[in-house]
Amino acid sequence: MSRKTMLKAVVLCTMLFLSHVSYSQNKVVSGKVTDPRDGSGIPGVNVAPKGGTTGTQTGPDGSYQLSVDGSVTTLIFSSVGFTTQEVNIAGKTSADVSLAVSTASLGEVVVIGYGTAKKKDLTGAITSISSKDFVKGAITTPEQLIIGKVAGVQITSNGGAPGAGSTIRIRGGASLNASNDPLIVIDGIPLDNGGISGSPNALSLINPNDIETFSILKDASASAIYGSRASNGVIIITTKKGSRGKPKFNFNTQVSVADKTKTVDVLTANELRDYVNQNGTDGQKAFLGGANTNWQDEIYQTAVSVDNNLSMSGAINSMPYRLSVGYLNQEGILRTGKLQRTSVGINLSPKFFNDHLRIDLNLKGSASSSRFANEGAIGAAVFFDPTQSVYSKSPRYGGYFEFLDPDPTNVKGLRALAPLNPVGLLEQQHNNSDVLRSIGNIVFDYKFHFLPDLRANLNLGYDISQGEGTTRINDSAAMGYKRFKDGAGVYHGGTNNHYSQHRSNATAEFYLNYLKDIKSIDSRVDITAGTGYYDFITTVVNSPDYTKDGTVVSSPKFIIDKPQYTLLSYYGRLNYTFKDKYLLTAAVRTDGSSRFNKVNRWGVFPSVALAWKINEEGFLNNSQIISDLKLRLGYGVTGQQDGIGYFDYISYYNLSSNTAQYQLGDNFYNLYRPGGYYESRKWEQTATYNIGLDFGLFNNRINGSVEYYFKETTDLLNEINQSAGTNFSNKVVANVGSMENRGVELNLNSDIVRTKDLTWNVGFNATYNKNEITKLTISTDPNFRGNQYGGISGGTGTTLFIHSVGYKRGSFFVYQQVYDKNNKPIDGLFEDRNRDGIVNDKDQYQYKNADPDVFLGFSSSVNYKKWNGGFVMRANLGNYIYNNINATAGTRNNIFGVAFLANAYRDFLNTGISGTKTGWGLSDYYIQNASFLRMDNINIGYNVGNVFGNRASLRINANVQNVFVVTKYKGLDPEMASGVDNNFYPRPRTFVLGANLDF
Amino acid sequence: MNKNIFKTGLVVCLMVSLISCDKKLDRFPTNDITADKVYADFNGYRQAFAKVYASFSLTGNNGPAGNGDVQGIDEGTSDFLRMFWWAQEMSTDEAVVQAGWNDPGIHNFHPMNWSSDNVILKGLYYRSFYQITLANDFIRQAADDKVSQRGITGTNADAIKAYKTEARFLRALQYWVLMDMFGSPAFVTEDDAPLGTFIPEQTSRTELFTYIESELKDIEATLAAPRANEYGRADKAAAWSLLARMYLNAEVYTGTAKNAEAITYAKKVIDAGYSLEPDYRHLMLADNHTNKNEFILTINYDGLKTQGYGGTTFLTHASSGGSMPASLSGIGGGWGGIRTTKNIPALFPDVNGTADKRAQFYTNGQGLELTADPAPAFTEGYAITKYRNVTKTGVQGSSPDFADVDFPLFRLAEMYLVYAEAVLRGGTGGDKPTALGYINALRTRAYGNTSGNISLSDLTLDFIIDERGRELYWEGFRRTDLIRFNRFTEGTYLWPWKGGVSSGTGVSANLKVFPIPSAEVNANTNLTQNTGY
Repeated sequence: MSRKTMLKAVVLCTMLFLSHVSYSQNKVVSGKVTDPRDGSGIPGVNVAPKGGTTGTQTGPDGSYQLSVDGSVTTLIFSSVGFTTQEVNIAGKTSADVSLAVSTASLGEVVVIGYGTAKKKDLTGAITSISSKDFVKGAITTPEQLIIGKVAGVQITSNGGAPGAGSTIRIRGGASLNASNDPLIVIDGIPLDNGGISGSPNALSLINPNDIETFSILKDASASAIYGSRASNGVIIITTKKGSRGKPKFNFNTQVSVADKTKTVDVLTANELRDYVNQNGTDGQKAFLGGANTNWQDEIYQTAVSVDNNLSMSGAINSMPYRLSVGYLNQEGILRTGKLQRTSVGINLSPKFFNDHLRIDLNLKGSASSSRFANEGAIGAAVFFDPTQSVYSKSPRYGGYFEFLDPDPTNVKGLRALAPLNPVGLLEQQHNNSDVLRSIGNIVFDYKFHFLPDLRANLNLGYDISQGEGTTRINDSAAMGYKRFKDGAGVYHGGTNNHYSQHRSNATAEFYLNYLKDIKSIDSRVDITAGTGYYDFITTVVNSPDYTKDGTVVSSPKFIIDKPQYTLLSYYGRLNYTFKDKYLLTAAVRTDGSSRFNKVNRWGVFPSVALAWKINEEGFLNNSQIISDLKLRLGYGVTGQQDGIGYFDYISYYNLSSNTAQYQLGDNFYNLYRPGGYYESRKWEQTATYNIGLDFGLFNNRINGSVEYYFKETTDLLNEINQSAGTNFSNKVVANVGSMENRGVELNLNSDIVRTKDLTWNVGFNATYNKNEITKLTISTDPNFRGNQYGGISGGTGTTLFIHSVGYKRGSFFVYQQVYDKNNKPIDGLFEDRNRDGIVNDKDQYQYKNADPDVFLGFSSSVNYKKWNGGFVMRANLGNYIYNNINATAGTRNNIFGVAFLANAYRDFLNTGISGTKTGWGLSDYYIQNASFLRMDNINIGYNVGNVFGNRASLRINANVQNVFVVTKYKGLDPEMASGVDNNFYPRPRTFVLGANLDF
Repeated sequence: MNKNIFKTGLVVCLMVSLISCDKKLDRFPTNDITADKVYADFNGYRQAFAKVYASFSLTGNNGPAGNGDVQGIDEGTSDFLRMFWWAQEMSTDEAVVQAGWNDPGIHNFHPMNWSSDNVILKGLYYRSFYQITLANDFIRQAADDKVSQRGITGTNADAIKAYKTEARFLRALQYWVLMDMFGSPAFVTEDDAPLGTFIPEQTSRTELFTYIESELKDIEATLAAPRANEYGRADKAAAWSLLARMYLNAEVYTGTAKNAEAITYAKKVIDAGYSLEPDYRHLMLADNHTNKNEFILTINYDGLKTQGYGGTTFLTHASSGGSMPASLSGIGGGWGGIRTTKNIPALFPDVNGTADKRAQFYTNGQGLELTADPAPAFTEGYAITKYRNVTKTGVQGSSPDFADVDFPLFRLAEMYLVYAEAVLRGGTGGDKPTALGYINALRTRAYGNTSGNISLSDLTLDFIIDERGRELYWEGFRRTDLIRFNRFTEGTYLWPWKGGVSSGTGVSANLKVFPIPSAEVNANTNLTQNTGY
């Protein structure tokens, strides 16, 4: 005790002495801040005296000059992407600094809901990824930037189509029948999960090049401030802003070439010919054609894409701005598909009244124009008889070969049930769309003049999108050939349809924030209280169905449908820090949703979290090993209302379409039908417990975190069976049941080498998640197996999945295949699991599911002088896929079809499955282990340095995306979020060349 | 400072305006409306009433599919007639399905190994209850006081009264389906508590029989006179027909035969002025709405306005395959699904229909025998061309994809057969010569002359079951008939693959009623599953 007091006294005296001495003079410190990777200057680094308020920023070449009070002994250098560094300037007038590249630096400022926090002060499970750590390569949709980078976040692209979206699951998702998608917030605007007609994916309308950081809020204590929409986690995206200084330009260009890596393994023409000649009847042999066509080669192409981005940032009269323009022209590997996107971003951040009023204006706009390739061709190319040629000699059907019906009275002339020519499907359908989207907001952040600790923040934003498109099919095309017979008995073919949709979402938020350091009690309080209003309107224009010549096939009963829902929120949060060691966060939010009736409309979502910075304790102060150690405990409740009907808490009557009329007497009537409803529907709630440990070792050269979480969702929004006669629908989404997710996340980063010329960084993350349904129905009934859902190809109305108590969500519900002694499946023989002497649907069982037990991410980057390189790899373990193509195309019945031949999946030669035995398609033989290791990206770059007479600096890079996949899975691709391998647009391998010019 | 005040004011205003947003949480659909608005006027009543009928033939509110009524089943399959037909026919010697069809549950009927998880049975149970629930709702809305409160009077109010009576008939008809198929289902009427607030009680087969009987007799007086109502709407004859059919099966349903009553009600229909359509092969064609002389009540379809993948669209398409030209069925292309076993052709003197024109088989390229288990290729088993989407003059229906053919729920021929069988079973109030006359009327039409007529000595119960097969095959009667004749589960009457055995075998007697769907047993805790399931 006495020693401490003495220490304090000494420190105090020293400071007094120093201040006394230096009061007499100011001094100017100058120097240059450089990037250790290439020695280049870093522009825009904040340089500020420790404890002072006025600082400066480095210029374009990284140099700075700062006048400081003579008493200042330390300067703090900070910049996004680099470790904040303190430099002693006592007695110096120059200081050159090489800033270490931060590896999830603990000094980093992290965007959290309604504010920011220093990473070291976080109490919740939040991961932040900034642009320097993004996945590199030709990335066209934002979420792909962080794939494999974050523990607990599983991002699975929905295929290889241009602009295809992804399925994002944070800690496994929290719901059964409501949405499992996380909330995405861009610059303070919470996005609606719904897509827009004509766009492959709503997020694809955001230019990834404009993004600065992602913050992922994983546990409830972090996300509860977003209350009602946070059960599945929150992803906060912040775009790049301007910085002070001279205008800086950046031009980034990429050219990429994409090609398929693999096709579905079907028989060649000769193999099929041999099989049919050996096993077919004479009639079937006669169906053989003379060609050798690889249909999958016919529908895919090598796709070339270009992505150019230009940005300008700087400041006009101390108003930082950033402007960016992007142009993407992407071809799909499935012929005819392409996406063009032009995007514009504007950020202005002026400050007024001595920086008391800060205004942030963000405007993003994009215009995309797509032609969607007919993905039906993917499946058709698998099945289509390879002994037939692409083109026929007849001009009918546009010259494409089709299977013909010998019946001369068949007006269409096409063989019933036969697949259509895959190339014809592609070439003869023109599905073009134009989508405009703009997201913008203006934030007023005002520090009160009379009380600068109090801040008012007003955020007004919009998200408007407009999609429209046309579907045109020529009347000679087989797919619409003579598809409609009019009242006079005349046939009309083809399609000439238009569709359009408009979405208009508005956000208004206001909060007050009070931040105060109360030195007397060694405390810091940070209180936020606010309110928000969110409105979502979709306008759907229903258009008639026209044939090519404009004949109306059917017309909608209502031209316009305008579903709307609204959320209203009040929230508050207290951050309390004691001695800079003990941190408390408590938040509460109450939300009202228009999707519930008045009684159940409001939900309250509280959370609390504690953190203890152990490394600040005396016993670790001088540790040479442990540089950071923080324990976090969190608990919170979040809600969910997304993914359910807007209005069905009461029964609404729906008027039937013009093709669903009923005749009584001589009149046809459109019908009023009462809809199913669930009056007492309310918020689904998820309680999350989280315990996390953040650590940094050896001056943070090794850092990371370990988390354990337990989530329990109650009042599940769950589609349950209704007692017959008690509702207008036999299934309604009710609040019944509960489900648990528990898991462990590990995140590790290490700067293995950190020298001036060479740095080598390795990152690794691992996630284990276990999901279990604990309650599903109101009454417990041992004979009730669960809720079946999820269709497959090859069996109309067949359901593949089941939600069952005691099992994982979405288990496959299949028959247990019996094998012979050679381990070959015995055709149509399944285990009588319930031993009742009959094999029927009572013998189906829950077997595996599509979600991995464990998923891993592994990335590394190396910088050596002017060279840099890196890679990202991912692995999923314990995930299974239903090989739907094997089930449908791997049978004898498929080959011999009806009155034509179809190609077979190669495994048929091994199994010989007939395809005529009951239940064959639901054999667990087709549920196959799809664990995999994938290298998503490998890249190399070279910093050319100054070019054009030092007026610009140039970096060039080369990437390969989707480099390789290691898996036992025999199908096209082991990574399918749906768990069903069927008609999947292959993910291409892409080679990218890029150049980046700063000037 | 002024600026500050202004700003503070702005902030306060904003807070207030946000709080007043609470009302904005009341959002309403653009086009859907509440019951009060639907039932505000007569037209709304009529359109809601039409839906009660329409749930026979439509699977949802968007034709042909996209907004289904019944959940947990493919919408196209969820059609009443398609599922009713499947349960009644596929479980018997009248129908088999092609193996390549992989829809869930469909292959468990012919080998008779269905379970309480069967999707078709679940769909049928819920479809029947769907119509009952609509009927209950309509009956409540059509209560006299509600109608008068809404200011509807005069002929409109009278029409609504008639609608209400017909809704009761439709409900009774669906309860008959449930009684016949499932025995003892849940039981709900308009007198029960409002929707969603109660769990219905289970009824027994006998109680249900009594209920249907009393309902039909109660509405008999107020239903329109036979043949006096609009086409597609029930009249007295429809109620009598249902009563006659029920009485004929009363011993199966309740243990007590009611053949005299069957005779009484069949006779009422027969005497109501109906006559046989002259050509049997014109019964199930695209313009069969003109068969008003024979049809008592129909389910109506239209290729352009009443579209779905069930009903006669299913019957015309699924029965077409093999070398059968699609144009024969008046369709764009067959689905290659359903045929018959050799037992049905064996009922006829020849398979070509040379003598008995009711034999409508397609045999070109079709084998008679079924080789594979459980469901062979389409070319095994004779195809049937009874349902065709062409008019009597051979013109294709209005659409190649959706049939115009209406389906008779009741037709005069059945009443002839009910009368004859009830007489043979010892029912009083009828006589054998009259019965013979009715049977020979059917046979004269079938043969085109009297060459096929039988004599009194030929008229036996064994003859009747075969004659029902010849006259009514593929019309949804077979399972009920075989049960009544003790041929359904017993080993005394076999067909290929009955019980999952090539030559056929007897099965457990509990299969005479289907299981209550497990989903319903789970949702309704008052229900006890049928024996043996």
